[in-house]
Amino acid sequence: MTAISLTRSHRVRAVRLRRIARQFCSHRLALVALIFLVGLALVAVLADVLAPFDPRHQDYDVLNKGPSVHHWLGTDSLGRDMLSRLIHGARVSLLSSVGAIALTLVIAVPLAIWSGYAGGLVDMVVMRITDALQVIPPLVLALAIVGVLGPSVRNIVIALSIIFAPSFIRLVRGEVLAVREATYIEASRSIGSSPFYIVRRRVLHNIASPLIVQTSVTLGFALLAEAGLSFIGLGVQPPNPSWGNMLSTSYASIFTAPAQIYIPGSAIALTVFAFNLVGDGLRDVLGVSSASISRHSL
Amino acid sequence: MTLAQPSHDDTIVEHVPTPLLDVVGLSKSFPVRRGVLRRVVANVRAVDGVDLKIAPGETLGLVGESGSGKSTTGRLVLRLIEPDRGIVRLAGTDITALDRNALRAARADMQMIFQDPLASLDPSATILDSVAEPLSVHLHMSGAARTERVLDLLEQVGLTSRHLYRLPAELSGGQRQRVSIARALALNPKVLVLDEPVSALDVSTQAQVVNLLSDLQREHGMSYLFIAHDLAVVRRVSQHIAVMYLGRIVESGPAEVIYTNPRHPYTQALLSATPIPNPVLQRERTRIILRGEVPSPADPPPGCHFHTRCPYVMEVCRVVNPPRTETPDGSSVVCHLHVSSASSSAAVENTARD
Amino acid sequence: MTPGSDPSPATRLMDSRQPVILAVEHLSVAVDSPDGPLGLIDDVSFDIRQGETLGLVGESGSGKTVTSLAVIGLLPRNVRTVGGAVRVGDTDLVGMPERAMRRVRGRDIAMVFQEPLSSLNPAFTIGNQIAEMVRAHEPVSRRGARARAVEMLDLAGIPQPQKRFHDYPHTFSGGMRQRAMIAMALTCHPKLLIADEPTTALDVTIQAQILELLRSLQREFGTAMLFVTHDLGVVADICDRVCVMYAGQVVEQSNVETLFAQPCHPYTDGLLRSVPQGASSTSRLATIPGVVPPADQMPAGCRFAPRCDFAVAACSAAAPQLESSASGGLARCCRQHELHLRGAQ
Repeated sequence: MTAISLTRSHRVRAVRLRRIARQFCSHRLALVALIFLVGLALVAVLADVLAPFDPRHQDYDVLNKGPSVHHWLGTDSLGRDMLSRLIHGARVSLLSSVGAIALTLVIAVPLAIWSGYAGGLVDMVVMRITDALQVIPPLVLALAIVGVLGPSVRNIVIALSIIFAPSFIRLVRGEVLAVREATYIEASRSIGSSPFYIVRRRVLHNIASPLIVQTSVTLGFALLAEAGLSFIGLGVQPPNPSWGNMLSTSYASIFTAPAQIYIPGSAIALTVFAFNLVGDGLRDVLGVSSASISRHSL
Repeated sequence: MTLAQPSHDDTIVEHVPTPLLDVVGLSKSFPVRRGVLRRVVANVRAVDGVDLKIAPGETLGLVGESGSGKSTTGRLVLRLIEPDRGIVRLAGTDITALDRNALRAARADMQMIFQDPLASLDPSATILDSVAEPLSVHLHMSGAARTERVLDLLEQVGLTSRHLYRLPAELSGGQRQRVSIARALALNPKVLVLDEPVSALDVSTQAQVVNLLSDLQREHGMSYLFIAHDLAVVRRVSQHIAVMYLGRIVESGPAEVIYTNPRHPYTQALLSATPIPNPVLQRERTRIILRGEVPSPADPPPGCHFHTRCPYVMEVCRVVNPPRTETPDGSSVVCHLHVSSASSSAAVENTARD
Repeated sequence: MTPGSDPSPATRLMDSRQPVILAVEHLSVAVDSPDGPLGLIDDVSFDIRQGETLGLVGESGSGKTVTSLAVIGLLPRNVRTVGGAVRVGDTDLVGMPERAMRRVRGRDIAMVFQEPLSSLNPAFTIGNQIAEMVRAHEPVSRRGARARAVEMLDLAGIPQPQKRFHDYPHTFSGGMRQRAMIAMALTCHPKLLIADEPTTALDVTIQAQILELLRSLQREFGTAMLFVTHDLGVVADICDRVCVMYAGQVVEQSNVETLFAQPCHPYTDGLLRSVPQGASSTSRLATIPGVVPPADQMPAGCRFAPRCDFAVAACSAAAPQLESSASGGLARCCRQHELHLRGAQ
């Protein structure tokens, strides 16, 4: 009888996840956005295989050409294939934004949980650091960090992670503060559960929803920030392509060959839009109020 | 039994044989902080020198209205809130002296049922998960053995395996409270503190849960500290009753005595205010309607806390804290109306203590 | 202060020549749901005469609050009256446009809610809110409205009414807030006061004060009252007649003494027996097994049959109608004349 009960628990959990997935799929726009992002991720992973040309290869015979049979999206002012640069740029952009948010989740979120649950001195220290970080305008801060550490993908990831950390810390800490006062937490304490048990088993899954939505939305911002940094030359260095530095190299030809700006620009816009749509869909499905998210966004 | 000294130790009223739970002098104040510098401007004396005794297998009903400190008392007894002063002894062990780890281990013997059944359960955890928590934490049980034990507990409270994998939101109020009871039973506690366990339930569900609690008490021999504001329910389940007002116990004794012969004016008013579900009797009763509002616990009146609303107030009540007096039928009352001459010196010493 | 005990009001004699203030006829209310309209209350009828208090009793899910909101026209957006009439005088309030309803509210019908803190506007002073109410219904000057407001606060037993006129709701204690709400409701001397669990959130000693206040104001102004509650003790205290609701229907209607002494419906009987009466701690409370059916799973036939000790096959086959009962009221039970229910005796 209990063997059946044990498998039932997994089945019940699977049923719940399936229900959430089904609800998400009913948001058609969010579903399309998710498919787009998954596709983009695949493209980024398989960039070496999918790109028809080496993105750095310059062919002086085809400068500033429009779309053709060989170059589906045309070429840029140095004869490089736009499509291949776009594909490889996707890899860089996604890597930076996902990497930055992942770093934030791994470092800032446990810190915020500790700060919110324990309170006292830890909380005060963490909040003052967060305040200090938020005082400086985020892009300026990112500039400073990358300026000091030197331009590279790794340093962009570090810089972005730092500038997005405060909003995550505030969101998570706020949720933990609210959950901490709940009667079921008091009940766990009255059972004699240790703080670690309580945080792991009673707090985490109750703060997950707003965190998930925040992550999805911030991924869009991170992508935008990376593009901005690369645009001004503090990100991936040419000749390696990133959507941001594609924008800056194409800037000179804005009147003569505007497609070179539109292509990376549209890619950035579409991807950020897709992240936001997925975030909206998740928010509706997980029942998170928009108040708890927008309050903490950058 | 004399009251020659300020009472703290053996002058508790009930002739209770070796009490399972023995609380003496429990006190707790909450500071009120104002201003940028968070300076303490006042102290809310939520609980002010409370003594309780509960015998094994018996129920003490703790009655009071909002601001009486009864819920805080329940939490102090379990040390969910740290008391400022006082001693709590459970089966001989001094709970108040235990360090953090020993306290956590001792919690297996004393459990709590909360007022709001929905809020007491983790909304994202299955019933199995919630009820299994004490088993995991204290007995390190897992897997099939743990699920079996959870099923056994659920059956004891009238639920079935169908409820194992539900979330709290999918159950009714009465069912949720049963889950909390099952969770509290998991480690065979010696004492259960119940903080208004049926107030949030419908009348017919209340009856079901009250019956369940009585049955379980008989079966397992637990003691209950039953905190409530509904006197009718408390009378049903308690052998002894203590009445609280603004942080102090004003009267205590056997349940029947408190009901049939209440001595303290507040107890009388409380009983009078509780409507009887019988229109003929209810409308013919003499009512005592108290004037005025409950004073703020941050600024309690001097002397007897109740004097601002008491129909029988005398000059001495405004100044001097009344002593505890015992009555012939086994109750004790803290009121100047009932003071015998031997205890007037105790009254003076009590005031000096304040 | 001398040892006080107010003279308890004698059971009010029912003067059936008093005019009917409110007549609710076959009222049905439904909520919009993805699967179509879901019935919340079904065929509810009762009337209230001048000066009388009708208790609407039921547990959660009985539909008593929905009924009271339907009478005053304050149903939430996705809930609608789908049948029946609510008559005040000759006018049917069902379907009345909102502008006309606003004239009715406050002047003819007023309401007091369970949680005064959420019913009073926290951004305005108490006095301001009462005065605004007066000026909405009567052509009175600002000073006149203020004087009326102070007078009502005083009548409601709020000490220092001129001073408290300028105070905000959050500075009042729970009992005081409820008094302020009652003062506000009765300012324009409405014919009917609807009280939706006004004392449920209050301490029992404060509840006694508020019930006494309601009684005295009712005597003074001759207001009829629809008192919604789940507390049978309060019903015994303040109601003249009682309507018991279960799962959206009226299952019994009777005057208060008869209801308690001689219930005619098994649900009423079960409720009376499950209320703790103060017997010794050894006897068990009688219980009603099961739970109230949710709105989308109403049983065909008698809605109480699945939980009824006296149910027979005929009960689930056909839905019983409200019929005259042996005690002179109404009961919705096909076996009512065979059963000899004794309530809590």
